[in-house]
Amino acid sequence: MSVHDLSAAARPNAPTTTYRYDEFDADFVRERVAEFREQVRRRLEGSLTEDEFRPFRLMNGLYLQLHAYMLRVAIPYGTLTARQMRCLADIADRWDRGYGHFTTRQNLQYNWPKLIDTPDILDALADVEMHAIQTSGNCIRNVTADHFAGVAADEIEDPRATAEFLRQWSSLHPEFSFLPRKFKIAVTGATHDRAAILAHDIGLRILKNDAGDIGYQVMVGGGLGRSPFIGKIIRDFLPRADLLAYLEAIMRVYNRYGRRDNKYKARIKILVHEKGIEAIRDAVEKEFASMDRSVFSHDPEEFTRIAAYFAPPPYESLPAVSATLRAARNDNPALDNFVAVNVSPHREPGYAIVTVSLKPIGGIPGDATSAQMRTLADASERFGFGELRVSHEQNIILPHVKQDDLPALWRILDAAGLATANAGLISDIISCPGLDYCSLATARSIPIAQEISKRFSDMSRQRRIGKLGVKISGCINACGHHHIGAIGILGLEKKGQESYQITLGGDPTFSAAIGEIVGPGVGAEQVPDVIEHLVDFYLAEREEKETFIDTWRRVGHARFKDALRREGEDGAYI
Amino acid sequence: MAAFKNPQILLASDLRDGEVMFLGASGWERDHRRARVALDAAAAAELEKIGHAEYASNHVVDVYLTDVEIEPDGVPTPLHYREKMRIKGPSVRRDLGKQATGA
Repeated sequence: MSVHDLSAAARPNAPTTTYRYDEFDADFVRERVAEFREQVRRRLEGSLTEDEFRPFRLMNGLYLQLHAYMLRVAIPYGTLTARQMRCLADIADRWDRGYGHFTTRQNLQYNWPKLIDTPDILDALADVEMHAIQTSGNCIRNVTADHFAGVAADEIEDPRATAEFLRQWSSLHPEFSFLPRKFKIAVTGATHDRAAILAHDIGLRILKNDAGDIGYQVMVGGGLGRSPFIGKIIRDFLPRADLLAYLEAIMRVYNRYGRRDNKYKARIKILVHEKGIEAIRDAVEKEFASMDRSVFSHDPEEFTRIAAYFAPPPYESLPAVSATLRAARNDNPALDNFVAVNVSPHREPGYAIVTVSLKPIGGIPGDATSAQMRTLADASERFGFGELRVSHEQNIILPHVKQDDLPALWRILDAAGLATANAGLISDIISCPGLDYCSLATARSIPIAQEISKRFSDMSRQRRIGKLGVKISGCINACGHHHIGAIGILGLEKKGQESYQITLGGDPTFSAAIGEIVGPGVGAEQVPDVIEHLVDFYLAEREEKETFIDTWRRVGHARFKDALRREGEDGAYI
Repeated sequence: MAAFKNPQILLASDLRDGEVMFLGASGWERDHRRARVALDAAAAAELEKIGHAEYASNHVVDVYLTDVEIEPDGVPTPLHYREKMRIKGPSVRRDLGKQATGA
């Protein structure tokens, strides 16, 4: 399939700047659906047992959860076209319950599909060049990337070309289809990390060296879950030509030495922790030096071909600042707040990046109705070259909006319940589905997010508090990234009750840190009070322009912990 | 075998649609109020035996026993909050799951 037609991209309903399947991709995905259809048929007729079938369904993203099956759809590096978003909405209506849940892996989950319908759903996805392959199992999962890729003002290079390159390399790689555990890779090309790359098995940071060559700083052994670790640098600068070979060497070392006897110790982070980064680096470099690198030799033409799919759309030549927007902001305080909070600088003059929050006050983080999905698809076509992004923060990004169009876009979003001006604020909470849906969960997480959101429903108060990442997981697997939340909340079971452990000081950026536990767990009803006390203490202590995490670092964990103690009561909040 | 402490019912998921099912007096039920209750270890073992056979026959998956208490009206209610969730549906979407149909 040819590269998208840039001249067409300026039109409404235009194709967008994303990778398009070639003939091989299309055939392969169709064959995979047909294969799964046959496997489902054999399962339903009884010729496959559940033990035999389970690996097949998981390879196609189909889990069994508390109330129903769950299908996880891959959204490579979080980039979607309007057509794809519309298809996701149609699937939600036709085969699910009219909504979808966007995840911290930039994917989408349906919570109610029937096994018998799943092959049809996968065929519908294939119609728009999507699938659910490698969204489960001990393989290399969906490669994630900065959701501002290609448009961020602080970017060295669009990371999606690298992410797509890695997606093609890792898809159904025979050596890596049965790894000791799942494996996650993230890429950023910016000077600020919006992709939490240090919390990944491999994190790649695109850099330019003194000679002006593009390469990668390679981090390995990061990860959350039961044993959280921040990734460690294994290579300061890896030339692009060596990317695949070097990652292959890392994977081989992991495959060879990673533990398979204990799934809780099987991630590469444990290997790096136990052996030490120096030993792992030596092993990887040795493998890299001795392997036949010719089969992984970099093909600049192929990389260029892939990169061309992510070429910028045909922007108009515009003044850097929109007078239209300025006037509209003066007239409309709600629009003004939305622009101040949810709109980020774009590398192109006169354009803006819009974060559409999927965190309405009291809502379910990451959920979008089919109608909202269609609104977003329509809006992206009308205002943004038909392109959308899913952020790991469970929001939707419209990456190419003219500043002049922001008032009109805001009106559409507002009418659809999508104009909550809280991006990055305390109610922009990351939350896994928790025990409301997930069979692994030990406690609910969504209701905790909802109660905190309601407690801080005053938007002016939220803005006064400023940037504050609250992240909630319903079990130790940490899908809600609680370890790297400035305030992290982990739901556990304690004496037959849901209990919540609070951590402080987590950081998902280049200054990554794992949060520290404040004390014993608290009951669900106490969590909003605890958060409010912590926030009040921060507001009392903060110095000019300090964020919550800045203040926590300056005054120390112990003082935040002390702030939770109350005189005259039975002990303390915690 | 673990000591029998509380009455038990047998849960599973329907193979075709994944919905939670309860073994009743004459087959699988979608309403826990119609679940057959084991009041002693022998009865629980019998439920498990039927469950294993149903699993082997590819009607259901994820079969297990759970402790319940018997309400004054005779309805068995799971003791653990996880299974309390399963008999209703997501607590954050009362319009979905069994609770939406009055279960």
